[in-house]
Amino acid sequence: MTGLAVRPQARPLGRAARRRTPSLSVGVVTLWLSLMVALPLAAVGSRAFEDGWGAFWRSATAPQALSALWFTLGVSLAVTGVNAVFGLLVAWVLERDRFPGKRALNAVIDLPFALPTVVTGLTLLALYGDAIAYTKWAVVMALLFVTLPFCVRAVQPVLRELDREAEEAAASLGASGPVIFRRVILPHLVPALVSGCALAFARAVGEFGSVVLISGNIPFDTQVSAVYAFKQIESDNIRGASAVSVTLLAAALAVLFALRLFERLRDHRGEA
Amino acid sequence: MISVTGVSKRYGDFQALDEVSVHVTPGALTALLGPSGSGKSTLLRIIAGLEVPDAGTVTLAGEDVTHVSPRHRGVGFVFQHYAAFTHMTVRQNVAFGLTVRKEPREKAAATVDRLLDVVGLTGFQHRYPHQLSGGQRQRMALARALAVEPSVLLLDEPFGALDRNVRNELRAWLRRLHDEVHVTTILVTHDQEEAMELADSLVVLNHGRVEQVGGPRELYDAPASDFVMRFLGPVTETPRGLVRPHELVVSAVPEPDATEAQVARIVHLGFEVRAEMESGDGSRITAQLPRAEADALELEPGQIVYVRAPHAPRPAEPDTEEDLVRV
Repeated sequence: MTGLAVRPQARPLGRAARRRTPSLSVGVVTLWLSLMVALPLAAVGSRAFEDGWGAFWRSATAPQALSALWFTLGVSLAVTGVNAVFGLLVAWVLERDRFPGKRALNAVIDLPFALPTVVTGLTLLALYGDAIAYTKWAVVMALLFVTLPFCVRAVQPVLRELDREAEEAAASLGASGPVIFRRVILPHLVPALVSGCALAFARAVGEFGSVVLISGNIPFDTQVSAVYAFKQIESDNIRGASAVSVTLLAAALAVLFALRLFERLRDHRGEA
Repeated sequence: MISVTGVSKRYGDFQALDEVSVHVTPGALTALLGPSGSGKSTLLRIIAGLEVPDAGTVTLAGEDVTHVSPRHRGVGFVFQHYAAFTHMTVRQNVAFGLTVRKEPREKAAATVDRLLDVVGLTGFQHRYPHQLSGGQRQRMALARALAVEPSVLLLDEPFGALDRNVRNELRAWLRRLHDEVHVTTILVTHDQEEAMELADSLVVLNHGRVEQVGGPRELYDAPASDFVMRFLGPVTETPRGLVRPHELVVSAVPEPDATEAQVARIVHLGFEVRAEMESGDGSRITAQLPRAEADALELEPGQIVYVRAPHAPRPAEPDTEEDLVRV
């Protein structure tokens, strides 16, 4: 009880004061987010559950739906892992090395953001058509392509702002290159890397355009959840599509929630 | 003994160091003094191995380390902006060098305890650097550098980012620390007062060259060049050469060898008074004299006085070059 009495004092004064006077801007933002995000999500949710929990569960756990879901999550996780390593490497080279054509390369990193995903699919099909089209590897390649920028762009600014003298200090204290990287540099990059990975993962889980052509959409093999949902709509099974959508939504929310939790834990450790 | 012989370093068109040679006595505190761009920091970084010279050699304790990486040189380096490991506690920062050298845990802990005590941060050991003041951070950086028992401690403008009071305090503290620990120390500074106060010996650098080497008093009394004289303290130009303002004798009546001048402005500095004057040919002369003396002369603007130097002022001379100077 005494703890409760002390609490308000521990908080910054401005926060309480601000909370008492919700402004017009807060209202506009709430309305906008409701229209753009909450309403559509609620619509999908209500569609998925319109025939009750049992029907939802049957649709969501249909063998083909489950297979697509596990494949989607697995391949997204793998792609995210690869991205973490190579994204870090690309960011490092772009920030720390000097070479001709660096600016051009830096610009190219954003191409997957800018390119329509169907074009990506077509490009990959033209390039790898005979070799890997309609295999799981095709899905991996497509997802690697569209998620490439996330980790690179997340890590780059942090890497740029790092205190190079701290690395020099570590060197003069006897640390080798790998030790400096692991003990002095990496701890600063991990938060950015994690958030870049989370975004890449969320993107991979929901990716449709680049995958739909090159995967061949083979059930129980190369079919990802987003494409499965699309097929359900095509065959007029709106509830089935909604159920898969809600599952994907839950996965995306779980990732974002985990990210928030991670950030909070880090803040509590006192690294402002 | 630290020897730098014939070291040159060029960055693009900028010649940072031009065949510099400096020899430092073990156990002493040596200051590398010069204006920004004089090459003093570059020289320090070359001694630490953080830069590789284009030409010349660096030897530590008789061993040529010119191409040895910083991690094998056994030098401690303290940076102007602390270079703290911000994700580690104060204790982890200080212990870093011992940890990477895989010192036995208990021995390392004892060393860290002792150093935290020396720098007065025992009570702060579980804090993070951002929870410390600038002065505390720099003391942490010093403890971190000393933990690995370096053969030489290199300080690059260590008090440059601190405010005046903290700076003066840390200066005195560093000098006491040096007298206790006796580790060979090289300090880079652009502040002549700091160099004079701290160092046993000074190396004055300008445009990537050594201007003069010597003790504080030696340099002040017998500067080898106009540059050194100007850099080590205030100067005023008399028709016969450079002299320190407080050396000028001001008199109300004409004297042999004295220059006639008109008082333009009187500045009260507390214990002393600065008289800004203009001589017959229009050149400005500044004299600094004790207040009692100024009061006796009843100095005021417009007054005509006679100014002379008690000894021959330093005549204008071409700069001499000393390539190899012993400290």
